[in-house]
Amino acid sequence: MDMMRPMPLPPETAGAAADKPIVISVRELRAGYGAAPVLKGVNLEVKEKTVTAIIGPSGCGKSTLIRCLNRMHEAIPGATCDGQILLGGRNALDMDPVVLRREVGMVFQRPNPFPTMTIAQNVAAGLVLNGVRDRAVLAETVEKSLRRAALWDEVKDKLDAPGVGLSGGQQQRLCIARALAVEPRVLLLDEPCSALDPIATGRIEELLIQIKDQLTVVIVTHNMQQAARVSEYTVFMLMGEMVEYGLTRKMFTQPADKRTEDYITGRFG
Amino acid sequence: MNEEVYARRKKVNALMFALTAVCAAVASGTLLAILGYIAWKGASSISWAFLTNIPKPLGEQGGGIANSIVGSAKVVGLAGLMGIPVGVLAGVYLAEYGRGKYAFAVRYAADVMNGVPSIVVGLFAYALIVHPMKKFSALSGAVALAFIMVPIVLRNTEEFLRLVPGTIREAALALGVPRWKVTMFVILPTAGRGILTGALLALARVAGETAPLIFTAFGNRFSDNGWLNPIATLPHTIFTYAISPYEDWHNQAWAAALILMAFVLLVNVTARVWLRPSSGTSH
Repeated sequence: MDMMRPMPLPPETAGAAADKPIVISVRELRAGYGAAPVLKGVNLEVKEKTVTAIIGPSGCGKSTLIRCLNRMHEAIPGATCDGQILLGGRNALDMDPVVLRREVGMVFQRPNPFPTMTIAQNVAAGLVLNGVRDRAVLAETVEKSLRRAALWDEVKDKLDAPGVGLSGGQQQRLCIARALAVEPRVLLLDEPCSALDPIATGRIEELLIQIKDQLTVVIVTHNMQQAARVSEYTVFMLMGEMVEYGLTRKMFTQPADKRTEDYITGRFG
Repeated sequence: MNEEVYARRKKVNALMFALTAVCAAVASGTLLAILGYIAWKGASSISWAFLTNIPKPLGEQGGGIANSIVGSAKVVGLAGLMGIPVGVLAGVYLAEYGRGKYAFAVRYAADVMNGVPSIVVGLFAYALIVHPMKKFSALSGAVALAFIMVPIVLRNTEEFLRLVPGTIREAALALGVPRWKVTMFVILPTAGRGILTGALLALARVAGETAPLIFTAFGNRFSDNGWLNPIATLPHTIFTYAISPYEDWHNQAWAAALILMAFVLLVNVTARVWLRPSSGTSH
């Protein structure tokens, strides 16, 4: 389909990201469900305050990989995971998952606001459920997070309306605001635009480019143009292995591996 | 296709359709027939005095069922206070944590318990409370009814918790919220309406139970005297009056049955209207 058209090139500034410090370093990560291996020893580094895109065909393990990064993977019965995920010198696999998830937030494929909560309550949920009661702090966090998620102007007059009453794209930005409200260092997004139309997708891509000044973003996407538009680094995965990792601009123009070239030019996948 | 075969098929089809429609009419007609018959027999005996007076001494005409109404409210209310929390929390366990053999056993026991004859539950409450205390009591009646409520509430709670999408649970976990808080403050409220409806329907169900009360609450012709003494309840009073030889008591039994039916119907309709999601809050 449109994979054959010329790819939009990522911003020139990408080169400046090369000297940024590493925030997550994945070593020999193996994961699976029951006896079936999905990740077969993945090594990866994520640089601070960048957007890293993970691309690859369906079933290649890209969702499993980012679900390991905040240990949502193990919420599935029978899931297995070993190796090392270093986050600020600690192995995330040895941390208390509750603590880890406050540092590494996540946005899912389908918008999933809490159905019993208002817009404001949805954004504040992470704080309220962890014991924050100060109304001033909560109100401030709600506004700040909604602004960062580029949703404030659309909802500021109806903060007490149900979150599920918003459109799909607005709901997804609400979920981003909810994840940002707990101030994570890293935000993981698992195909956040796959249920959205192109306009809603564009809004989310813009906001990702804006928030990367404040935190690290890792996004799984099916859509290679999306990877090219938003990311500075790209990871190409195939059948549970990391095939290529590098600057997005370079990977989309001069891929080092033949399989990467075949995938991004649309020969398979 | 052969014309004759086709005509025969059409006839059989029409016949079967008519049969199913008649059976459906019988099924729904039963409720209407019961309601209509009870209303016809009972309405004439209902008066303000009937609702607000206690029974007259044996041999005198008149009197009312005020003590049975209060007694039913007390026994069913206490049964709810005991049975609903146990049923809801056990349902939470099964839906959120129940995977192993223990959960299988609990689920199976609840299903078997749902089918245990209620008079057997009454006997159990008799052995458990009445016998050691050497006294029939409102408490023992409430315990018997609570035993009946627990498996109903439990299975209903589990069902509604399972209807909460896994994505909601994931969203809350991903915010760094401990598992128990996710369950109590996110999952449970999301299923709250269904759980409450189930609890209400369970209350309505036990409000009409007679057998478990025969040798627990026992009945009382006077206003009740606390939780540890025998107490009158509507279904039990209906039973006692219906098998008596007095015409006046028979009429009162019909009237009491009408009151009980009206209460059960009211709770049922309320619960179902309440469960129906209102338009603005969900898609």
